[in-house]
Amino acid sequence: MKQLISTADLTVADVDDLMRLADSFAEVQTRDVPKVPALRGRTVVLAFFEDSTRTRTSFDLAARRLSADVLNFSVASSATKKGESLRDTVETINAMGIDAVVVRHRSSGAPVQISRWTDAAVINAGDGWHQHPTQALLDYYTIRQRIGGLDGAKVAICGDINHSRVARSNVDLFTKLGAEVTLVGPKTLMPPQTSDWPVTVSHSIDDVVAEVDVMYLLRIQTERLSSGLFPTVREYRSRWGLTLQRASALRPEALIMHPGPMNRGVEIDAEVVDDSRCVVLNQVAAGIPIRMAVLYQVLGPGRFEDTAGDQVGVSTDAVVEQGGQAEPTNGAKPLSVDATEVNLEADSQSAIKEASCQ
Amino acid sequence: MPVVAIVGGTVHGVDSDREATVLVDDDTGLINDIIPGGAPDGAAEQVLDASGCVVVPGFVDLHSHLRQPGNEAAETIESGSRTAALGGYTALVAMPNTDPCMDSAAVINEVMALGRTALCEIKPSAAITIGREGETLAPMAELVDLGVRMFTDDGTGVQDDQLMRRALEYASSLAADDGTQIVLSQHCEVNALSHPGVMHEGAWSAKLGLAGQPSEAEELMVMRDIALSRLTGMNVHMQHLSTAGSVDMVRRAKEAGIPVTAEATPHHFCLTDAACASYDPVFKVHPPLRTDADVVAIRQGLADGTIDAVATDHAPHTPDSKELPFDQAPPGMLGLETAFALAVTELDLSLDRLVELFCSAPARIAGLDARHGGPLRVGRPANLAVVDLEHRWTVSGSEMASLSTNTPFEGRTVSGKVRHTIFNGEPVVVNSKAVR
Repeated sequence: MKQLISTADLTVADVDDLMRLADSFAEVQTRDVPKVPALRGRTVVLAFFEDSTRTRTSFDLAARRLSADVLNFSVASSATKKGESLRDTVETINAMGIDAVVVRHRSSGAPVQISRWTDAAVINAGDGWHQHPTQALLDYYTIRQRIGGLDGAKVAICGDINHSRVARSNVDLFTKLGAEVTLVGPKTLMPPQTSDWPVTVSHSIDDVVAEVDVMYLLRIQTERLSSGLFPTVREYRSRWGLTLQRASALRPEALIMHPGPMNRGVEIDAEVVDDSRCVVLNQVAAGIPIRMAVLYQVLGPGRFEDTAGDQVGVSTDAVVEQGGQAEPTNGAKPLSVDATEVNLEADSQSAIKEASCQ
Repeated sequence: MPVVAIVGGTVHGVDSDREATVLVDDDTGLINDIIPGGAPDGAAEQVLDASGCVVVPGFVDLHSHLRQPGNEAAETIESGSRTAALGGYTALVAMPNTDPCMDSAAVINEVMALGRTALCEIKPSAAITIGREGETLAPMAELVDLGVRMFTDDGTGVQDDQLMRRALEYASSLAADDGTQIVLSQHCEVNALSHPGVMHEGAWSAKLGLAGQPSEAEELMVMRDIALSRLTGMNVHMQHLSTAGSVDMVRRAKEAGIPVTAEATPHHFCLTDAACASYDPVFKVHPPLRTDADVVAIRQGLADGTIDAVATDHAPHTPDSKELPFDQAPPGMLGLETAFALAVTELDLSLDRLVELFCSAPARIAGLDARHGGPLRVGRPANLAVVDLEHRWTVSGSEMASLSTNTPFEGRTVSGKVRHTIFNGEPVVVNSKAVR
């Protein structure tokens, strides 16, 4: 895996590898020092052309726990508001000598364009209405933990599908893994053409609520009101919101999911958020090991096999080796204690570097 | 008497089976003689080899953006005329969406003055409304007196039905001193329906997560303008038709005797919205690239006469503006240097039909037929192109004479290379090189 732009580019084997790696990295998080030196010496730029505290923080933490140096490039301090072309911005970042660039952009396709202008690994952290692949992966990770997998599972994705990168990523990933996906919402919030999508479309949440294994709700943005996409928030809730009453029709083992941030009382009733079937916080927690796994896959020894040994030394190699194996039979402790000790040093070094970069 | 002899080609409209020599007077700019099978008698000052080529009337483009005044980094009248000449054009209609807009005598005069030293004839069009804002009519009578024959708010259509009706009625009462007709040319797009689309609305826009423009945004205005043409009796020229529905409506309007004409661009008969999958803004254009079915319909319309002319919508943009995200980049693509080759390569049409599409019909629509568009006859102005239809070449934006490089056909191999272009008797392109 050289980059991650879209879940459509992932094979089932890629997804399995990422899940196993994430299991290993989840275990790292339970340690006193939740950090490994796997990406020591690697520089990851978080290029967020659109504000996103949640996703940026999650990637930031994931990169630091792998001991990568992290450079935050935020739009507020960048030149992109001064008419600099996307290419100039990317080439400027590139000239600093980076290994990976995590891109969030309000325009669909920006990470695809950026990948043409840099040799660094491009990781899409959400582009316009197009894709948000790490969200889909962490959603699957959460589902896999709770109900084992998606093969044959029924998933409803309800809300503003057309303007949702989460919906597109999740449709691609979930259907690839064998789920039956139903998109739910009014026609105004559906993509203009879904006849070639491997999904069914329903305009009634009541028709699907009792059958699904996963009820996935999307955030309703109230600015859609002014575009005439639905009349009122009240009407949206009454027709398509997961109200307390509808939640009671959900099967006892079904999952309630949401990518956040939630509009309580619009797409989901406040009381439903506290339902034991609601795994929103599990999703957030899954973000760290999933993003560690993605960073590791694009920057790990597979990508740098020619130079990894020279640059990071023997003890790091051992960590990388074990993380790279991560076979299911490998058990829960693939990462050595030695590695953690090595990493205490890397920790302080990267902290110093981060301070100077920002 | 300096004479240019074009030797060894077959001359369109003369005798397609025999080579002929065309003698051109460099001073008068007229065709002196056409000698079937003949060779120059030694009097020629310059001999241009046309062996293996066809000699056709110089092409006329109804739709070029030359960016001057206002955006001279992307194109100038001089550079635009050079890329046009290299593409075989001897005349083009310059679109008015410059900065300032071509909506006043001052700007029209400036463009005409700059055009006097160009490598082809620059015919300015003017905006229908002041600033192309769709609110107040431009001083059409004054601009007609300066020589303007085509009015358009190109880049946007006139949204207001009543204002468009008034513009047509007002234009119908204006008489050009040379008897040529005045035409209103429409960019057919209902903004309320197309906004905020950046590509064709359909399977690809749904997949790519880009806002789409439905075909109906174009078709509604085509429908309205057919109705307004019927109401006013005034000719409406439909720019860059891109949908099967538009072609069908224009075909039926013509059958009903409504005086509409239409153009289509090479990119709309060669490319589809699938090209946008790369998110490369070089494929962003308005109207957007459509579907395979639309391409088929455009080609049918070009073949059966529904569509009168091929127009380029040549729209240069600097590299930095095309290195923005797809939804933020400006729409438009280069066209002048590749149009004829793409038609030769992609359209299964006779040379006679190609000459109608590139020469006679656009010259007539633009009011340029006294000097351009053929036929090639002794005494006519020597505006002609010499084209090797078999010559295969590979498109490269950086090798074009345009100041911009935004061709969507980069790397494509096409047939049909313009070898020489003669503009008013002057060889401005010789052996596929501009002479100045």
